[in-house]
Amino acid sequence: MSETADRVKKIVVEHLGVEADKVTEDASFIDDLGADSLDIVELVMAFEEEFGVEIPDDAAEKITTVKDAITYIDEHKA
Amino acid sequence: MPVKAGWAPERKKNMRRVVVTGLGLVTPLGADVETAWANIIAAKSGAGTITRFDATDFQSNYACEVKPADHEYGFDAGKRVDHKIQRQVDPFIVYGIDAAGQALEDAGLVDMPEEARYRAGCSIGSGIGGLPGIESESLVLAAKGPKRVSPHFVHGRLINLISGQVSIKYGLMGPNHAVVTACSTGAHSIGDAARMIAMDDADVMLAGGAESAICPIGIAGFGQARALSTGFRDEPWRASRPYDKDRDGFVMGEGAGVVCLEEYEHAKARGAKIYAEVIGYGLSGDAYHVTAPHPEGSGAFRSMQMAMRKSGLALEDIDYINAHGTSTPLGDELELGAVRRLFGNALDGLSMSSTKSAIGHLLGGAGAVESIFCILAMRDQIVPPTLNLDNPSDNCVGVDLVPHVAKKRKVRAVLNNSFGFGGTNASLVMKAV
Repeated sequence: MSETADRVKKIVVEHLGVEADKVTEDASFIDDLGADSLDIVELVMAFEEEFGVEIPDDAAEKITTVKDAITYIDEHKA
Repeated sequence: MPVKAGWAPERKKNMRRVVVTGLGLVTPLGADVETAWANIIAAKSGAGTITRFDATDFQSNYACEVKPADHEYGFDAGKRVDHKIQRQVDPFIVYGIDAAGQALEDAGLVDMPEEARYRAGCSIGSGIGGLPGIESESLVLAAKGPKRVSPHFVHGRLINLISGQVSIKYGLMGPNHAVVTACSTGAHSIGDAARMIAMDDADVMLAGGAESAICPIGIAGFGQARALSTGFRDEPWRASRPYDKDRDGFVMGEGAGVVCLEEYEHAKARGAKIYAEVIGYGLSGDAYHVTAPHPEGSGAFRSMQMAMRKSGLALEDIDYINAHGTSTPLGDELELGAVRRLFGNALDGLSMSSTKSAIGHLLGGAGAVESIFCILAMRDQIVPPTLNLDNPSDNCVGVDLVPHVAKKRKVRAVLNNSFGFGGTNASLVMKAV
């Protein structure tokens, strides 16, 4: 697993209070990890802080799985 | 002004009877009912130097904090509150959810069928609400801008979100209410909820209050209002000393108290354990000053008088008063004066103490926590002490304020007082069933 993936996973575990082994790359934040729309706003904020990237609302709406987040961050981080 | 104590006892016909069938506590002396009560009776103090932040340069650097989970009588938030919710909401909501859960479990009503849950509600308030979170997110806003403020900021701080969270967690679909009357919140919450049951709006109500405002802006604000004790930095356990000559303000406490109220026949039909009956509720306004109590204790007097009148009891039936008794120079004297005027000779037969001497002032949680202590005093036939009462004020002569140690005695009926900023007063009368 990439370094980005590790850090993303850690944030998701901390924010959603889920078991680490549930946070697979295919896991959907809402369907598999029990998040609601506001939890995703909070996760996106945490990703922005952690990786120094900006994730605009239209891009954030397309991030529905762990993998989506990792891919976006890898493509946009400095 | 209605300052005479005489009245014809009155009990409303057609009102349903309301009893207490469950208790829940989170306090600086224990995060469950039996631990907190045992420590109160053992005359322990929950006060200490503030650990949440460095309060060295503040007006006061001590408080009665709820202890962490690894402490002998600490609070384990994870027991009843999901990790995710703990992160999103202020501590007063976490305390409130836990105390409500305790009360519902104690009452044996966690798994009610759906039709019963339509008749079960919540009335759990707070005096201030999520002050620590308002403070910290304001600092985030100032430092990092609006896009860094938590999306959970608003509903993680709102006062009615204990009732909201508890209703969601336990599926309670009846009245969902939250009182905000400063330090009278807990007593008003129980009184209002009891009336909802009495008037057939619900069969079961979780009622009480919670507070957690031990944060820099909270201590600074109450300090500037000249309300806090400041003179006991080296011995914080001596600071909360209601009725003592050396008292110099209240000590901030935190925590929650929630009772499960239930319609009497409903409780009896399911064979529930019944702790007490709520038989009197009085409310009044001082209409005088935002922080100072009325100089003749008029509001306090009328609040107690109304509660006694509704109860149908004689003054002599009250064996214990849990006083508001915050340890402020002005307030304690005025409450004592009002009690003296109302009770007259009946004062000789009763005991009156302030448990704020042990756990500090829980503000919006105080009235509920102290009502629970009143109930336990009836259950165990023992009244809790007023700590640090070394040199009672001159006005205290002839009143049993239960100094230093708990006292075994007959306790048939109790009165609990709560008075708040804004001149808002509430009194509750309960008796054993």
